[in-house]
Amino acid sequence: MVMKELKLTASDDTLYTVLENIRKLVADTKCSEDDLTSILVSAEEIYVNIAHYAYGGNPGEAVVQMWLTPDKKRCCLTFKDRGMKYNPLEKADPDTTLSGEQRKIGGLGVYMVKNMMDSVSYEYKDGQNIFSMEKDIE
Amino acid sequence: MTLNETKGEGSIQISVEGQVDTVTAPELQQAILTAFQKTKELVLDLQGVGYMSSAGLRALLLGQKTASSKGGKMTVINVQPVVMQVFNMSGFAKVLNIE
Repeated sequence: MVMKELKLTASDDTLYTVLENIRKLVADTKCSEDDLTSILVSAEEIYVNIAHYAYGGNPGEAVVQMWLTPDKKRCCLTFKDRGMKYNPLEKADPDTTLSGEQRKIGGLGVYMVKNMMDSVSYEYKDGQNIFSMEKDIE
Repeated sequence: MTLNETKGEGSIQISVEGQVDTVTAPELQQAILTAFQKTKELVLDLQGVGYMSSAGLRALLLGQKTASSKGGKMTVINVQPVVMQVFNMSGFAKVLNIE
């Protein structure tokens, strides 16, 4: 198993570095375009959450680790930051049955991640928020 | 992402090409709001969009709310399957006027 690790200043400006590295990771697998899009959108949601909120709007480091299982059938991603302790999985899901007038702007990102990925988990360890997610790609 | 605006009779169409994400969605959102300053009927052509994150959904929801508040209409056309999947999952398939 070869793990790729990125250490970045979390910001919108470095988002495409994360997404591009995920594209490269799955480039020689049988990952479908739909599955790749699900992984990329999920990665964006988690990474942007770190960039916007983890350090209270100040610059801070995010570590992104990505790897494939040895059979290349599963894509795994871990996001780490040393910002304020926050478990996004504890956030209540939005009510997706509401009308446009009733819907609030925002609050959909983590809900989308939970639906698009096969497994998601969070832990706080050694002063780090650690968010992990995996998806079968074959 | 590129936006191409076309003026019709009483309506404006914005054709969107590329990825609608955290980086690009503000531009789309601004284009939608600017269009609603000029018209009550907006058509968004998403033929060229194969990626939309929640940032894009926020821009569309704001457009839908703006349309409702102005007594206007925002119609989304040519939605690609991968984006439709996002609309279905988020409940936006019922929120937006999709043709």
